[in-house]
Amino acid sequence: MFVYGLINSAVLALMALGFNLTFGISGIANFAYGAIYVVAGFITWAFINHLNLPYAVSAILTIIIIGIFGALVYKFIIKRIRGLVISEVIATFGISIILLELLRFIGLIGFKYSLPVFIDGSVEILGVYVDIQRLFIIGLGILVIISLYVFTHHTKTGLAFRGIAQEEHTSLSLGINPDRIASLSMGMGSALGAFAAIVILPLGTITVDSGYDVLINALSVCIVGGLGSTFGVIIASFIIGYTQTITAMYLAPHWTMIVSLFAILVILVIKPSGLLGHQKELEERV
Amino acid sequence: MKNRENYRKERIDRCIKARSDDIYALSSYKEMWYLIFPRVVPIIGIAILAYFLPLYWKKVVITTCIFAMLAVSWDFLSSCGLLSLGQALFFGIGSYTAGCLNHYFHFPIYLTIPIATICGGFISTILLLPVIRLRGIYFAMVTLILPLMLARGIEATHVFGGNEGITGLSPFPNVWVELTFIIAGMWAALFALRRFISSDYGLIFVSIRDNDRATMASGINIYAFKAQALFIGSSICAFCGAFMTHLYMFTGIPVFTMEFSILPIAASAIGGIGTLAGPLLGAFILVPLSEILREFGSLRVVFYGLVLVVCVVALPEGIFHYLSRKYNEMERWVRLE
Repeated sequence: MFVYGLINSAVLALMALGFNLTFGISGIANFAYGAIYVVAGFITWAFINHLNLPYAVSAILTIIIIGIFGALVYKFIIKRIRGLVISEVIATFGISIILLELLRFIGLIGFKYSLPVFIDGSVEILGVYVDIQRLFIIGLGILVIISLYVFTHHTKTGLAFRGIAQEEHTSLSLGINPDRIASLSMGMGSALGAFAAIVILPLGTITVDSGYDVLINALSVCIVGGLGSTFGVIIASFIIGYTQTITAMYLAPHWTMIVSLFAILVILVIKPSGLLGHQKELEERV
Repeated sequence: MKNRENYRKERIDRCIKARSDDIYALSSYKEMWYLIFPRVVPIIGIAILAYFLPLYWKKVVITTCIFAMLAVSWDFLSSCGLLSLGQALFFGIGSYTAGCLNHYFHFPIYLTIPIATICGGFISTILLLPVIRLRGIYFAMVTLILPLMLARGIEATHVFGGNEGITGLSPFPNVWVELTFIIAGMWAALFALRRFISSDYGLIFVSIRDNDRATMASGINIYAFKAQALFIGSSICAFCGAFMTHLYMFTGIPVFTMEFSILPIAASAIGGIGTLAGPLLGAFILVPLSEILREFGSLRVVFYGLVLVVCVVALPEGIFHYLSRKYNEMERWVRLE
């Protein structure tokens, strides 16, 4: 149980990081995130099975394509309605619907739509057999978190990211172009979503409906941990990951989603900025 | 269009608009007609359409009216600063209330619908009371999550019929009653809310949306007003839910589906947010259109999404604002000085 809880937490953290990056930097709640996750899975699948590209190449290509797609969405759609919360939510949600239902219409349903694992096999840890793929998830999750930390604290672009997150107008006066940085953050957030998809999806099949579940999971982790706080995401994914695993073991699997929804609700009522959020208190409630 | 670089567009109210705003409106048939025309024509038009269409399209009109009411209520909530992504919550609560009253207590239909309207609004308000302090996107997220959670909760605990829902509820006597009832309800909701929001009392709701802290600073208890707005908005949705329950003689988990949350927002985005009449117009465009597109299956939903994105980005003011501008104002090009 300990091991599976850890894996579940790592999965949740990977799912949430991309959403968290976009929201934390540019304040855009990217409701198309779940759709991007699923689309990334299908693109990789198509690259492998139709163009016969090697797995590593197709994975990297997918991440790049999705990253560019995210940036383009910002440039052509979000940029025009930036700051209007209702319109942002409607537009990203609309994009999400378009992508997911289009995939459903094309008819991508079935067991053949699954990605291969990196290395087949399993090892025994603490008396439990674990697939190597699941270990990869933990390792890559840690790697992504560390590299994100280094990126936002020690590179010029990363510092600019944090700049516009803190105070957009001041960073404008320091020569940072908020639109460029925001589109970058949207692109990187989407690319992280694609990365998460490629790492996580080999565990099961690619389904259209998982897009909505991913969005809810990412949202719940981000809200519980504090929107825009990377450390909060890690803690929250541990809390929710272990709670879900425990509920699935002792109650029934279909209670897990209720647990994460309930977690969001409680946090939103008590402390909307989340456990470790640094959002401005007055913006979220009066 | 030829080169208009040195020109700007000027908009002035039409003379007849200025006159009919005043007591002079009563002095001539022309002004009276000017005022009555945009209100009476849709009422009569929809009535004629509804009563003379074949049965299938009568049902479509009924569905359209339900969605129009949901959209009007969404717009009302959003003009009080409560951005809701979950009309399905209010709708579902109303539907389940009516269904349970009818199934477990055998209340007749003319009791369940009024009770469900009031109780549904009440339950929704109580549910959302703890989060009434939240603003903007945070409130929206709560309303998005609650219907999903209720649906999963019913699925997991098997209360109220569980997955199968409650079937075999009492129906309306005939299709004419259904039609008259829902059309009357729709117009009542629209005109009552329009009048309400333009009254002095309604002004407070709009001011909460525009600047809640300034409203608080004026010594107004905005939580009480937000709760009232929530009650009014959710009652209307609950009415729709109760009506739909008796229409299909069924209530179940499908009442919490996304469609009931998304379509009202889509209709408002197309029709024009903040006018109340705009969302109604939007619903009357979207629902019949989607009925025509029914044969395309899930491509229909793609189409919704597309309309949403395009309208939000390219036509942010909405159709109703555009029409009312053309009706009330004249435009002309003026040379820049």
